[in-house]
Amino acid sequence: MTQSHRISGGQVDRTKTVRFTFDGIPYQGHPGDTLASALLANGVRLMGRSFKYHRPRGPISSGSEEPNALVELRTGGRQEPNTRATVVELFEGLDARSQNRWPSLRFDAMGINDRFSTFFAAGFYYKTFMWPKSFWEKIYEPIIRRAAGLGSVTRQEDPDEYDKGFLHCDLLVIGAGPAGLMAALTAGRAGKRVILADEDFRLGGRLNAETHAVGQASGADWAVAAVAELAAMPNVRLMTRTTVMGAFDHGIYGAVERVSDHLPVPAKGKPRQVLWRIYAGKAILAGGATERPIAFENNDRPGVMLAGALRAYANRWGVKAGERVAVFTNNDDGLRTATDLMARGVDVVAVIDSREGGELIPGVRHLRGAEVIDSSGKLGLKTITVRQSNGKTEDIRVDALGVSGGWNPNVNVHSHHRSRPVYDAGIAAFVPGEDGPPGLSVTGAAAGVLSTHGALRTGRDAAMAALGLTGAAPDLPEAEDAPVRVSPLWFVHHGKGRAWIDQQNDVTVKDVKLAHKENFTSVEHLKRYTTLGMATDQGKTGNVLGLAVMAELTGRSIPETGTTIYRPPYTPVAMGTLAGRSRGKEFKPFRLTPSHHWAKEQGAVFVEVGNWLRTQWVPKAGETEWRQSVDREVLATRKSVGICDVTTLGKIDIQGTDAGEFLNRVYANTFSTLAVGKCRYGLMLREDGIVFDDGTTARMGENEYVMTTTTANAVTVFRHLEFCRQVLWPEMDVQLISTTEAWAQFSVAGPNARKLLEKVVDQDISDASFPYMGAANITVCGGLRARLFRISFSGELAYEIAVPTRYGDALLREMLARGAEFDPIVYGTEALGVMRIEKGHVAGGELNGQSTALNMGLGKMVSKKKDSIGMVLSQREGMVQEDGYRLVGVKPVDPKAALTAGSHFLEKGAAAVAANDGGWLTSKVYSPHLGCDIALGYLKGGDKKIGQRMRIVNLLAGLDTEVEIISPHMFDPEGERLRG
Amino acid sequence: MADALKAMTAFGLREPKQVKIGALSIKELTDVALASVAARKGRMADLSRAAAAAGLPLPGPSTHAPGDPYSSFWVAPEMWLVEAPFASHELIADMLRAALGDGASVTEQTDAWVGFDLTADDLTALMQRLCNVDFAMAPDGHATRTVMEHLGVYLIKRGKGAARVYGPRSSAESLLHAVEAAAVALA
Repeated sequence: MTQSHRISGGQVDRTKTVRFTFDGIPYQGHPGDTLASALLANGVRLMGRSFKYHRPRGPISSGSEEPNALVELRTGGRQEPNTRATVVELFEGLDARSQNRWPSLRFDAMGINDRFSTFFAAGFYYKTFMWPKSFWEKIYEPIIRRAAGLGSVTRQEDPDEYDKGFLHCDLLVIGAGPAGLMAALTAGRAGKRVILADEDFRLGGRLNAETHAVGQASGADWAVAAVAELAAMPNVRLMTRTTVMGAFDHGIYGAVERVSDHLPVPAKGKPRQVLWRIYAGKAILAGGATERPIAFENNDRPGVMLAGALRAYANRWGVKAGERVAVFTNNDDGLRTATDLMARGVDVVAVIDSREGGELIPGVRHLRGAEVIDSSGKLGLKTITVRQSNGKTEDIRVDALGVSGGWNPNVNVHSHHRSRPVYDAGIAAFVPGEDGPPGLSVTGAAAGVLSTHGALRTGRDAAMAALGLTGAAPDLPEAEDAPVRVSPLWFVHHGKGRAWIDQQNDVTVKDVKLAHKENFTSVEHLKRYTTLGMATDQGKTGNVLGLAVMAELTGRSIPETGTTIYRPPYTPVAMGTLAGRSRGKEFKPFRLTPSHHWAKEQGAVFVEVGNWLRTQWVPKAGETEWRQSVDREVLATRKSVGICDVTTLGKIDIQGTDAGEFLNRVYANTFSTLAVGKCRYGLMLREDGIVFDDGTTARMGENEYVMTTTTANAVTVFRHLEFCRQVLWPEMDVQLISTTEAWAQFSVAGPNARKLLEKVVDQDISDASFPYMGAANITVCGGLRARLFRISFSGELAYEIAVPTRYGDALLREMLARGAEFDPIVYGTEALGVMRIEKGHVAGGELNGQSTALNMGLGKMVSKKKDSIGMVLSQREGMVQEDGYRLVGVKPVDPKAALTAGSHFLEKGAAAVAANDGGWLTSKVYSPHLGCDIALGYLKGGDKKIGQRMRIVNLLAGLDTEVEIISPHMFDPEGERLRG
Repeated sequence: MADALKAMTAFGLREPKQVKIGALSIKELTDVALASVAARKGRMADLSRAAAAAGLPLPGPSTHAPGDPYSSFWVAPEMWLVEAPFASHELIADMLRAALGDGASVTEQTDAWVGFDLTADDLTALMQRLCNVDFAMAPDGHATRTVMEHLGVYLIKRGKGAARVYGPRSSAESLLHAVEAAAVALA
């Protein structure tokens, strides 16, 4: 199809042709076209179906406010629903499809909804689908959702990348129309760092859509020159295709730059979009204004458009939206559409002006005091019905109608901090109110200054004021300065048909009337009851219209009625853009242990522990199932010696003359008595007395300690200690620094642990020289500095040995090689878990943020002889109950029976209801030594129930097993092995 | 130190990682020893005297001060991270402890960090993608804590086209990947 509706002029590049398809039909356009302008150029005005009634719809606007012309773009993982055809930059091979229709756009079977519109009025679902209640989720809602809707999402992964970034500037100018360009020129010429961002791919705003002269040039040409001047300034960053979508705290603005949306596929490695966080010293909102329609019956037919859009298509894109055009306006600006179109040779058959007075446009049938009351045309506008001032009605054959109800300043970003816009009767619109985001001023049409001269002037003045510029202000080019002459007309009183207000959500004047009738008169209630303004366009063309209709119904003024709250984002932002690079394997950074590369060579299985990848187990040849590996690792360790990378445990270096006293205060048990060269197990409580963390702390010197935390709490404990140091006790001489990553630390456990270590440690580590709970700075392998701690989590004779991280891999290999005679194995977190549960040591399942030291059987560790964080509140009545939860060991009476963590304790014969709940299993493993599942759990009065039989029940897993309550110390309860 | 134990880089290699993407060069640092130095409570004057005698600069906030053999940058009130050549100062903590006496708390930090030297004609655009530091306006020698792709790092500006980044050693691969991805997006 040729471009039948292309007329002369415009800013498209006619020397080049761009091919694209819509619903599979090939078309041609030019670079500089949007999808909407190119389709209109090809005579296509039916572009979509409406949300609820499946009414045929075409574009009403030429910008981001578009509610109707929503399409799906691309295919596969790049498929993108609900994209506004009015802002899609045409590119070669663009594949666009209409949506929310079946089987085709021209014949949509769901159009039947329109016949039953009476049933779909506001509030219909709430009133109708109430019984039976159970039907809502499974029957009613799915049917409604299928019938109503927009585009479909792809189920495939988006193959593109999204980036984020940070920018700084003295002045952020939002919008590059005349006001924004003049503000940027003023600031840029003064040498300030300026960012000028505009959502369009062509800067200039309405200057590109109008025929006004600016200075000696056309507005569009002046914009080109201004942009060229700005582009040459090193202190100015021009950001096209960039929507400033929100004002956030402290002068921070969010902006989405569509880097590659105008390309078929992003260049390799290039992001499709970038989410920018802009730190702006000052900001100027020059976001222009949005024209609003006038509601009349059947005002939603393809061909009924905003008057400003109609002339934008003609002036900017060289497209006539119809062969026979009429204009319906309540203000002078609408008249410009008629004059511009006539100047381009378009047949303007009538101007319907709701006002009685004003100037007459020569050369056209200008009906004053008239209104459009209805339209007809199944898939597009064919006829409008006009009621003249004398009351007579007349049908006029047209295929395009430009409607102008006045212009609404785009106050959105200024209102993102809940500033309420105020009504300006002079322009019959809301303008920015007080208390906008600090540092943000508003200029031009966004401030309600609707002339070109006014935009240029306020843009310049706002930049001067915002930046405190002194000296001569830049001269302004001459430009039109026409006053705003508008007589408010929100909707045409006529008939009983539907007059659309919010076209995207299919909200009509009747819906607003119904809301009023049912007393949903507040704008916030109106919004939620009718869904006015709740679509992806956020009611940019409909909101003010809706509240004005409500104002008329209630008899309140428009300012009294007010607006709803404006919130970011200004236009829809894709989830992928918000996620940036944080997705899939890059969702978060990984932390690798010093033994990671060795473990990978061995085919180890890794588990994510926070950001760490820890070795879970290390399979050997012939092992087909994880339990085989884990059992082997446990048995080998208890038989001879095993090595485990425990680098992930938090390590905090604590120094200072008050370090001992500091530890006394942060740990529940005493540390000031710890001798140099010794370690002690410490229990840390929260302020409320609940156990926070545990670990060992070693005294390495007179004023020098090394604290170990759990892997999970490494950061939170460090943060807590810094809080204590800086805020609670700033008078103490304590210095802290994390050394978690600085040292590669390995647990070496088992009867032959010492013998193995003696192969690498340079010093004497006999039991006499280095007894249980010893700690020392040592050297290994002939002089490398290292640390040795004789501590045990496994219950075996065990040590933790640490070397600078770069030597960790080598130390592990050396220990395995030199100690080969002891058949050492490397064990992972699973075997670690088995051995600690066999010993009754608490870990994540028990340190659950709800449990006290008493619950864990560690009540005596909370020293009453000194004050410490959490000590007082740990003694609260409810936390020291005799029959409270106590840590117990559990094993099944039938050794073959399985246990499941999370199962609950019940007495024999008790019903499995919450009232009979005795506690729960916190951790469970299979113990190769005991030959059965074993578990730890919190049981009410558990310390008095050792030896008793109970049931553990898991209703989800269908488990009901008889168990024996035993001591949590299930292996070597006397601790003979660890002191060996 | 010990012949038997061969050092491994943060990437599990023997040699430092080097990457070139367009005009950007990324070089892993393996020849820098690091230690933290913090003044003991009320002992700043003692530390200042000892540091001056030892040739250790103690710059003010947000600043890196180069020196030989010790360079350092401010990380917290009365606390610095000190750099020195690894070959001569592997035992940097012991050396500083000896030089500074009991007026300071010294902790070895060499292997707590992975360091990268980034060089290009201009690193501004790369930094805009990586962190919220206003790199263009920061003076040479600006040292600050910031976040790159969820990782807490130190960034030191050494010129318009030169910067040093210290990030957590265990996340070396993730940090390098973040820098590489940003560089590819800009190349």
